[in-house]
Amino acid sequence: MNADAAARAGYRRFLERRSFIEMNARERACAVLDPGTFREMLGPFDRLKSPWLPLQGIVAQADDGVVLARGTLQAKPALIAAIEGAYQGGSMGEVSGAKIAGALELALHDCAQGRLIWPVLLFETGGVRLQEANLGLAAIAEIHAAIIALRRYFPVVGVIAGMVGCFGGMSLAAAVCTHLIVTPQARLGMNGPEVIEQEAGIEELDSTDRGLIWSLIGGEQRYAVGFADDLLEDDADAIAAAVRKAVSAGPASAPPARSVQAERYAELLRTIDPNQPLDGESLRRLWQRGLKP
Amino acid sequence: MSEESGRSRRGRIWFDALTGGAAASKSRLRSVCVADAALGSETARFIAVVPDAQNRFPRARAGEVGLDEGWALAHHVRATIAEGVEGSRRPIIAIVDVSSQAYGRLEELLGIHLACAAAADAYASARLAGHPVIALLVGKAMSGAFLAHGYQANRIIALDSPEVMVHAMGKQAAARVTRSSVESMEKLGERIAPVAYDIRSYARLGLLHKLIEGINADAPGRIDVDRVRAELVGAITDARAGASDLGCRLTSPAARKMRAASIEVRRRLAEQWHDRS
Repeated sequence: MNADAAARAGYRRFLERRSFIEMNARERACAVLDPGTFREMLGPFDRLKSPWLPLQGIVAQADDGVVLARGTLQAKPALIAAIEGAYQGGSMGEVSGAKIAGALELALHDCAQGRLIWPVLLFETGGVRLQEANLGLAAIAEIHAAIIALRRYFPVVGVIAGMVGCFGGMSLAAAVCTHLIVTPQARLGMNGPEVIEQEAGIEELDSTDRGLIWSLIGGEQRYAVGFADDLLEDDADAIAAAVRKAVSAGPASAPPARSVQAERYAELLRTIDPNQPLDGESLRRLWQRGLKP
Repeated sequence: MSEESGRSRRGRIWFDALTGGAAASKSRLRSVCVADAALGSETARFIAVVPDAQNRFPRARAGEVGLDEGWALAHHVRATIAEGVEGSRRPIIAIVDVSSQAYGRLEELLGIHLACAAAADAYASARLAGHPVIALLVGKAMSGAFLAHGYQANRIIALDSPEVMVHAMGKQAAARVTRSSVESMEKLGERIAPVAYDIRSYARLGLLHKLIEGINADAPGRIDVDRVRAELVGAITDARAGASDLGCRLTSPAARKMRAASIEVRRRLAEQWHDRS
């Protein structure tokens, strides 16, 4: 194939690709599950809304920004929890957090009784919803607890596609997943750039410097230094295939989650001198992809 | 005064008080204190994160949970699990006085999210392995720092003191993110308990096992320390008698009122879990 034909083929693939990022949470859950198997739980018609937002003059959405679905992956029972980034920044309030934690707890109950379920989390979240502050934080702790308990039975797969990314307490939820998939449009960080600028000053981080922020916490960087397992283009079919591949090996052969490998990472961190300037490129050279076995 | 140039001494004060002050920390980091001490009729492992003005990471000098702290917490909690034997799982007491996770460019680049997740993961794994994990709140329990150090405990107990606080974000930053002001946020907290910072409002949410009143939190005397020890022993007994999950946070009378939506979500979800079509 000559260069021209290769370029045309690449362009055709680009046109044929279904963007995952452009999908809402419900469409994303559908796209990941086997066709025709999507069954939503606690959907908009159940009207489980935030009890706290209306008290603060904010309109509450009927699903609180989380879509829970049962269905199948390769004909095996699966659970998808998809966060809607377009509603309140994908923030975790009492109801949205309880939906995710509660669904994972039920999956855990089933797994403990030998009925295995493939759990998949589609992150798109700024973290705690500040209007529900401590109830959001409490729910996030319960999400962590459920993922960690569930992971003993079955690999828990997380996807961060973008464009909101995954921040705050939910970045810890992504980190305790067995397998994490990102796109180049994903961002994964604990503290949002605005919060770092507020707490540590603009000389620490200019939150408007987009290039800098992507070089620190963007999907490509996170994958390159070993904080994510797969880096995929924004393609719904490729993401669905990667989710299947990650869980199809089953519980036995999945490597331990990163957050369990304390000695390995502590050792890598000891190679860092905080007094020396360090950027994304230099960290890639330092750490390569030697982070996960 | 518990604050000295913004650095709280509460964590250190209570770590020393509960471990007798004499026990050498097992940790190589000055910012993470780990020691064993008698508690009731057994030995417990006490863990605190404290300020270290010489911390090699400048953004973690005021008692924040930084990169080194997160990984050290994970290491020491996992070591406790490894030393344990079935049937005599040692209690782990997380003494909580953490102003925040470390906010910085280097912290993000090097994966502060993963360091904090590793600590949370270790505490949760200890709980699941049968260790009674108790969080004792003596100062700030803020945001990601609390998620890393304390929030995975079987039981959370707190001193009733104005400096004991739980929240998702510092007031200034929270005001900026919500495009509000500190004053209006404080007013809102008086009306809506989940957004308040003080421990009495937090106690109303039903997440605490016990709020311990009348303790001198900055200069505890022997009676104060003995009372807190007794509450820790009570919490350990309660934890051992209960499940290894966090379900007890949804069952108190306060939780049934203030976390009614959390309970309702789970009830309705259980109804819809199995396909009945």
